[in-house]
Amino acid sequence: MPEAPTSGRYSVFALAREALRQHTGWRRAWASPEPRNRYKVIVVGAGGHGLATAYYLGKNFGITDIAVLEKGWLGGGNTGRNTTIIRSNYLKDPSAALYEKARSLYETLSQDLNYNIMFSPRGLIMLAQTEHEVRGYRRTVHANTLQGVATEWIEPARLKQLVPIINLDGPRYPVLGGLYQARGGTARHDAVAWGYARACSDMGMHIIQNCEVTGVETEGGKVRAVNTSKGRIGCDKLAIVVAGHSSQLAEMAGFRLPIESVALQALVSEPIKPCMDVVVMANTVHGYLSQSDKGEMVIGGGTDGFNNFTQRGSWHHVEETVRALIETFPMLSRLKMLRQWGGIVDMTGDRSAILSATPVGGIFVNCGWGTGGFKAIPGSGWAMAELIAKGSPGPLAADFGLGRFREGRFIDESVAAGVAH
Amino acid sequence: MLILTCPCCGVAAEETELQPGGEAHLKRVGPGGSDDEFEAYLFARKNPKGVHFERWRHAYGCGKWFLAARCTATLQVFGTYKAQTPHPPAEIVEKIREARPDWQPDWSAE
Repeated sequence: MPEAPTSGRYSVFALAREALRQHTGWRRAWASPEPRNRYKVIVVGAGGHGLATAYYLGKNFGITDIAVLEKGWLGGGNTGRNTTIIRSNYLKDPSAALYEKARSLYETLSQDLNYNIMFSPRGLIMLAQTEHEVRGYRRTVHANTLQGVATEWIEPARLKQLVPIINLDGPRYPVLGGLYQARGGTARHDAVAWGYARACSDMGMHIIQNCEVTGVETEGGKVRAVNTSKGRIGCDKLAIVVAGHSSQLAEMAGFRLPIESVALQALVSEPIKPCMDVVVMANTVHGYLSQSDKGEMVIGGGTDGFNNFTQRGSWHHVEETVRALIETFPMLSRLKMLRQWGGIVDMTGDRSAILSATPVGGIFVNCGWGTGGFKAIPGSGWAMAELIAKGSPGPLAADFGLGRFREGRFIDESVAAGVAH
Repeated sequence: MLILTCPCCGVAAEETELQPGGEAHLKRVGPGGSDDEFEAYLFARKNPKGVHFERWRHAYGCGKWFLAARCTATLQVFGTYKAQTPHPPAEIVEKIREARPDWQPDWSAE
């Protein structure tokens, strides 16, 4: 295997050294090699999930003969388009286990990768604004207690202390309490992709950008190679980790997935002084709110209901989200919105992910994260690496197989969350 | 904003008046169907990046279901037609061909 250029270790000493020589000594964080004609494992998609899959294949299983192919630029899909929320307060046991694994890996990810991903466990509150949500979230707190996920139910008075800018009284959507996960929070989404990419490159893996997969070659029901815009590349195993375009890759390989792609959008306001140091999600009105380190209020909204690949959302969803949020956060009504963007999310029927082998030998899929994939990145990569290395799922991925649709064993977070999550 | 003309009442309705209903022309599997067929009917979706036939309901209008041909990559609408149609009618196919000469229908004409 060719020697990959290493990027050097980041530390306070490196910073001091570079400060003394005008920052001329920093090396490229990851290499941009030309593809070889064969790899042991090819991962399609250099977003967070794809890069994490490659990273844990190397770290946990010693497999480094890997290429990560990306049709655009690294982290330019949904990894760079989400609202960076990290939480694990899920109702169903398999979800709670996987998302809690991811959240706990996020806690030490900056140290593990030697790359500051700016994980900020600032706390996260899901507002209960109807009687049904109060009951639902109390139930989730009980479930989380049994699952070992630290969450608590908080009353409106405590909520007001945590979020002084909130208006509790309604009239249409009064705040009746909240599901509080003190160890939830946010992280810098680009840094997660960049940190994993740097670590993968340092292990000798190839990250190949601007390389679109155009076909999948199979023989005798097993994968042999992929055809790309940079030529044919052979492989023993293929991991499809492409979110919104999972159906297209699956079609190339000759099978269908229980997935439909829709647009999910978000927007940010102009930057303002610090006013809210927790993440607040209001699921009844489909709005999530947090304040970025730059001071922008980051607002996530609902999805379009129809199939859409255009990476932009509908204006009426922006209006719907903002209209409802300004009742709960009246001060937002004076803010100008700076940017709005959309990403293509892969929705399954039960709103839970798919980590699975496929009808084609050697092909594995990691998709279906829908509207909530960012928070799962480290756990998803961890579980997917185990699945690829051993050929069968470990305890984290076991319940997320494709077979659950056929057998009716849904992980029904669509009912648990009531909305996109 | 997406605007579809309801073939039942003739109103050009915008997105907020309509309820999307997913892929159209799914063939219901009878009691004798295999597990594979039933799974495919319930879950497997084409989800194409391009021409898509889909169900819509004119929820805040006449309340009727209808079908639409639309491109998911450009959001171009090729036309709408009644729900009681086993395959997209010829005039819809013609409209699609005008914009996408290479496009091939994936059903056999009856």
